[in-house]
Amino acid sequence: MSHADTFHPFARVLHWLMALAILSMLFVGAGMVTSVEARHAWLLAIHKPLGITIFVLALIRLGFRLTHPAPPLPADMPEWQKLAAHASHWLLYGLMIAMPLIGWGMLSAGNYPVTLGAGLRLPPILPSDAALFAWLREAHRYLAWLFFLTFLAHIGAALMHGLIRRDGVLQSMTGGRRSA
Amino acid sequence: MQEPETRRPPAHAVWRWALIGLVVAGFAAAFGYVGGWLAPGRLTPKRIIDALQANGGEHPGFRRNHAKGICVAGRFESSGALAAYSTAPLFAPGDTPVVGRLAIPGGNPYAADSSVPIRSFALRFDLADGEQWRTGMNAMPVFPVSTAQAFYDLQLATHPDPATGKPDPAKPKAFFAAHPETAAFLAWIKTAKPSASYVTETYQSINAFYLRDAAEQRHAVRWKVVPEQPASGDGGPAAGDPDYLAADLAKRLGEGPLRWHLQMVFAAEGDPVDDATKVWPADRRTVDAGTIVIDRMQAQDDGPCRDVNYDPTILPRGIEVSNDPLLVARSAAYADSYLRRTSEEGHLPGTASPKENHP
Repeated sequence: MSHADTFHPFARVLHWLMALAILSMLFVGAGMVTSVEARHAWLLAIHKPLGITIFVLALIRLGFRLTHPAPPLPADMPEWQKLAAHASHWLLYGLMIAMPLIGWGMLSAGNYPVTLGAGLRLPPILPSDAALFAWLREAHRYLAWLFFLTFLAHIGAALMHGLIRRDGVLQSMTGGRRSA
Repeated sequence: MQEPETRRPPAHAVWRWALIGLVVAGFAAAFGYVGGWLAPGRLTPKRIIDALQANGGEHPGFRRNHAKGICVAGRFESSGALAAYSTAPLFAPGDTPVVGRLAIPGGNPYAADSSVPIRSFALRFDLADGEQWRTGMNAMPVFPVSTAQAFYDLQLATHPDPATGKPDPAKPKAFFAAHPETAAFLAWIKTAKPSASYVTETYQSINAFYLRDAAEQRHAVRWKVVPEQPASGDGGPAAGDPDYLAADLAKRLGEGPLRWHLQMVFAAEGDPVDDATKVWPADRRTVDAGTIVIDRMQAQDDGPCRDVNYDPTILPRGIEVSNDPLLVARSAAYADSYLRRTSEEGHLPGTASPKENHP
C-alpha cells in the first residue's frame, strides 16, 4: 500500500472524529427542535459547544486538505461520479463551516447570548435584527437537511466503493488493506 | 489507479447492494424518528403553538400567546441583599437596564383588557458583561397545570367551537375533572377580577429556579415583583374602553416612574420545586433584591420588546433552571412562536405579512 493511495493519518483521524461529531450534531439538532421534554434542554446544551468544536475542526481540516491533496480517484470511475464525489466533498466542507457560523449568527441576530456552558460566552457576530434572525434560522434548518442528505449520499457512495467496486477508495479513508 | 483492469464483479452483488441500501435507509429512518416525522404522536413545540394559534386566531407578526401588550423600559436598582445567595452580577449593588413587556394572556392582540383576569410582566435584564436574564411572570399564584402535555390538552379543551365561537363547556369540565392539579388555580380564578391597571399587580415567576452562591451552594427560589403603587384609588377601568390598561399606564408614567420590588422567596425543605401548580406557604423567607423602576413605555409594534423572546431559561451565571418541566417546554415553545412572528416580520416566503395598521 503506497502512501499516495490513502489519506494522511491526521486527515483520517480528523475525518472520523468529525464524522461522529457531525452525525451526532444533526441528530441532536433534529431532536431538540421537536421536543418539549427535558431532553430539549440538554440537547441544546450539547448543540452549541459541539457546533463550535466542529467549526474549529473544520477550519483545521480545510487548511490541512488544501496543503495535503487527497489521493486520486480511480482512473476508471465515470466522469459524472468523479464530479459528484468532488462536488459533494466541497459541499460537506462548506456546510461544516457555514452551519456553525449560521447558528452563531442567528443567535446574534436574535439578540440571544451565545452561551457554550461552563461560563463561556461568544461575542455576537451580527447586529440584532429579527428578520435576519428568521432568515438565518430557516437557512440553518434547510441546510441541516441538505447536510444530512449529503451525508447519506456520502456513506452510500463510500459503501459502494468498498463493497461493489472494491477500488480502494473506502480504504483510502479507513486505512485498511486495499482489496486485490 | 493501478488495478482497475484486474477487478472482477463482486460475489453476491445483490446482497451487497441490499446492505448499502439498508445502511442508508437505517440512518434516514433514525433521523426521521428523532426529528419527529416518524413519531407523529410526540408533543412538539409546533403542536403547542398550533394549538395556541387555533385558539387565538391568525395574527401574523404577533406572539402566539400574550399577544396583546406594551413595551416598557427602565432599570433594576439592586439592593445588594441577594448577592450572598447568587453570583449573578446584577445582584451586587448597582443598576442594570431592563426591557420589559406588560401583557394579557391569549393569542388575540385585539382582545379587550377585561377579557381575562390575568396580567403578565416580562423582563430582560441586560447585564454589563453581556449576560442576560429573561423572565416572564404572571399575576397569579399558581399555574393551572404542571406539564406541557396537560397545557396542550387544556388548549384543545378550550378551543372555541367554530359554530358558537365559544368552547364546548363539556370539554373544559372534563379536562378539569381529569386534572386535579388544577384545583389551586381554579380556586384562585373564581374570585380573580381583571385589574384596572398593570402597575398595581404582583407578578410571580410561578416556576421555581435555583440561585447559586459563591460557595456553589444551591438555593431553590421563586420570585415575584411587588408593586409600590397602591392597589386602590384609580377608580376602576374606563367603561367601554377595551384598551384601558395602556391608557392607565400612559397616565401613570406621565406622573413619574413606577416601581416594583423584586422579592426572592426561598423554598423550605419539602417545598415542591418542580411543580408550578402548588403554592409555597406564605411564611417563606423572602429577600428584597432591589427595585425595578419603569420610566418609559412604547407601543409594541415598534418598541424594543417586540423582538425579544422572553424565554425563561435564558439566565445569567448564578441563576439556574429547576427540574420544573414547564420551563423547558416554555423555552421550546417560545422559540417556535418567535420564529413564526420574526419570519412574518421579515416577510419570509410562505409566511403571512403582519398588518401595517391595527384596527
